[in-house]
Amino acid sequence: MAVLNVNGKSLPADADPRTPLLWVLRDTLGLTGTKYGCGIAQCGACTVHIDGVAARSCQVPLSSVGGKKVVTIEGLAENGKLSKIQQAWLEHDVPQCGYCQSGMIMAATALLAAKPQPTDSDIDAAMTNICRCGTYKQVREALHAAAKA
Amino acid sequence: MTMQSSIGQSPLGRRGFLVSGATVVGGFALGLHFPFVGPAEAAEAQEIDAWVVIHPDDRVVIRIARSEMGQGTLTGLAQLVAEELECDWSKVSTEYPTPGENLRRGRVWRDFSTGGSRGIRGSQQYVREGGAVAREMLIAAAAAEWKVPAGECKAAGSVVTHAPSGRTRRYGELAAAAAKLEPPRRVALKDPKDWTLIGKPVKRLDTLDKLTGRQIYGIDMRLPGMLVATVKACPVFGGKIKSFDAAKVEKMHGVKKVVSIDDNAVVVVADTYWNAHTALEALPVQWDTGSFGRLQQEAVTAMLKDGLGAGEAFIGNKAGDARAAIDGAAKKVEATYAFPWQYHGTMEPMNATALYTPDKCEVWCGTQNGEAALAATAEAAGLAVARCDVHKLMVGGGFGRRGRTDYVRQAVLVAKQMPGTPVKLVWSREEDTTHDQYHPTTMCKLMGGLDADGKLVGLHVRLSGQSIRASLAPQSIRANGDPGVFQGFTPGGQESAYGYEVPNLLIDHAMRNPHLPAGFWRGVNTNQNAVYMECFMDELAEAAGQDPLEFRLKMLKPKHTAVLKAAAGRAGYGKPLPVGHVHGLAQIMGYGSYVAAIAEVSVSGDGILKIHKITAATDPGHAVNPAQIERQVAGSFVFGLSAALYGEITVKDGAVEQTNFDSYNVMRIDEMPDVDVALVPSGGFWGGVGEPTIAVAAPAVLNGIYRATGKRVRELPLMKHDLKKGA
Ligand code: FES
Ligand code: FES
Repeated sequence: MAVLNVNGKSLPADADPRTPLLWVLRDTLGLTGTKYGCGIAQCGACTVHIDGVAARSCQVPLSSVGGKKVVTIEGLAENGKLSKIQQAWLEHDVPQCGYCQSGMIMAATALLAAKPQPTDSDIDAAMTNICRCGTYKQVREALHAAAKA
Repeated sequence: MTMQSSIGQSPLGRRGFLVSGATVVGGFALGLHFPFVGPAEAAEAQEIDAWVVIHPDDRVVIRIARSEMGQGTLTGLAQLVAEELECDWSKVSTEYPTPGENLRRGRVWRDFSTGGSRGIRGSQQYVREGGAVAREMLIAAAAAEWKVPAGECKAAGSVVTHAPSGRTRRYGELAAAAAKLEPPRRVALKDPKDWTLIGKPVKRLDTLDKLTGRQIYGIDMRLPGMLVATVKACPVFGGKIKSFDAAKVEKMHGVKKVVSIDDNAVVVVADTYWNAHTALEALPVQWDTGSFGRLQQEAVTAMLKDGLGAGEAFIGNKAGDARAAIDGAAKKVEATYAFPWQYHGTMEPMNATALYTPDKCEVWCGTQNGEAALAATAEAAGLAVARCDVHKLMVGGGFGRRGRTDYVRQAVLVAKQMPGTPVKLVWSREEDTTHDQYHPTTMCKLMGGLDADGKLVGLHVRLSGQSIRASLAPQSIRANGDPGVFQGFTPGGQESAYGYEVPNLLIDHAMRNPHLPAGFWRGVNTNQNAVYMECFMDELAEAAGQDPLEFRLKMLKPKHTAVLKAAAGRAGYGKPLPVGHVHGLAQIMGYGSYVAAIAEVSVSGDGILKIHKITAATDPGHAVNPAQIERQVAGSFVFGLSAALYGEITVKDGAVEQTNFDSYNVMRIDEMPDVDVALVPSGGFWGGVGEPTIAVAAPAVLNGIYRATGKRVRELPLMKHDLKKGA
């Protein structure tokens, strides 16, 4: 049985090694904050961090994450304190339906880690997640605010 | 009013209410129970009336019948109740009653259906009354305790004060006594000028859990012993299963059962979604694609074209004699436009969880119409409605799609084959794309006649194509007509009146229904009607040698004029723009609101379109929450422009060709224009937001493209057109 390191915890995951990490997280480990949107790397709803890098978990087989550190949306807040990005998202009332926002927040967090002061074109290039409710304006504003915070 | 005076006296108590997703998931006991609130809370919380529950520590729970799908209705409706309740807004939360509870209590919460931008405007009166009734009961309880006339007491900030003596009581202290009182028969509502919460840009109430992964959507539902299923319906609507070989996949990892439902879909039930999906992909199925199996897109186009010239048509708006006026006009203008099928593409694919036993059936799902979902559950289960219920969960995007109940029916039909086992049915994105209820496809031929002064003297608008009503309820179509197709074109009324005064006017519709089901799609029929009318207005203005704004203002009715002028003024229409930038404009009335948009666009020499900015004005009469309206309007342009740029569903051999976001593209952040939202509420009526501005997105941009390039795009989506110079 594979053992995963998710949000700082070692968790046994009984699933076929070819199973995408997305479904291991959601169905095997019960971490449903990571969302299914397309299954083909188009939408970014399933974005998590693997060793600190944003990855679309629908494309990552379970067999490839052994020994790596996985962080999901559930692991961003520390001791109940929201992360800088989450806090900015709260202050800017970003989510509408909210379904894409786990992925948006994970992508934004990885962007700020790589580029603490992203330009609009950095945001355009890194934030390719789909939001059907159309929260892009608030996503951009909140990202800039978080960079300043 | 038929409100229960106390939850303690109601045999149903507070059963069926979701306090939070976590309660359902964590606290649900298998069997025939509804989810309960924590026992301690249930004992102490007091239902004052159907809308308001008050806890001893002053927490207020406001019940909301409409569905939250991102549009902010939980917050907006709670604002309306809280305004009249005079409670402390910082202590307000919300919960959904179930549709089953609604039926058992004589439909005390009335309509659950959430669509047509009707959440606020359709219920504002009775939910405000719900808040006012509770307030009066709390005041009466305090007055009785102090033995003073109620008229000497005032409520504010969750406290009742007796002014002459200065005594005070908190709502939490009064709730138990108030709950026992008879509700007043009549209450006075506050004068809009005294509102302190309605009209304020308060933050949404449902944000935090959406940032931490804790928010439970339908697709996140988990129950003890639950299995996960996924479905593949016949790729051609109207087709059936010929055969399938369950034995080939039954032994695969995690697979529990392979079943068929309704003769037209196969389903694999497994321990996890991935195992169900993998087995379903491997399942050999033969389809009988039926009479549409050889139908091609060209045949659909031909069918719509035929309607453009048909002798028989259903009239939606008529004044004078349009045909004669056009025949006798100094100048004639004619154009034909086309609008494709479009896919909803909610971020959360369709899903529902069902638990069936021979005497009861429960469903957990996101739905825009809880009562329709309940009816579908009962029908599929073959049980009385009273033996069923639906628990509404947060909706990961609705846009009209979740007003339909096909996915609820499927989940129940699967669960029925596994009595006692909860089954969550999840559609793949591919299933969701190919089995949507699409935005109707239509074409339109417009003919206009101008007199020698360039005045529009006659206009004939012939619509041809699909009717949503014909798809939803064919038996309700009489004399070949569906008045719903005339959204934005009706002669008057509060909903979607045609804005122009044209002396000789004929707007008619020839119904042509190809085989894909048509459904309500955010904005619905205003979307294509605004493209047809507003682009053609620009064509007419050009033929008349006039500026498109001036040309319109000569014919527009007052409220339409005001909102178009507001948008034009704010965008600086007619003033110099950066080199290469142009303005295009559009207006419409829909969903009770007046809207207009000015698009600032440029098209580069090699044909690259850039939408720089949209200035959008809305007159919704009353604006409940300007901050949320601004978000709805900005979001509506993402939705409308996604469709204008990329949205097109086509069929090949009767089946939908697009399967996922790679073949059905949508707008990302890099293409999002700046959206400047002007809110110009003129008061005196309640209009919707969320939908009306979608309609003006495409025509404003198309009109801008013409100004920039001289190319008239009359067929959407834009991706099919080369905007390069000379192309
Ligand atoms: S679900 Fe992984 S990118 Fe869409
Ligand atoms: S907030 Fe609904 S899809 Fe992004």
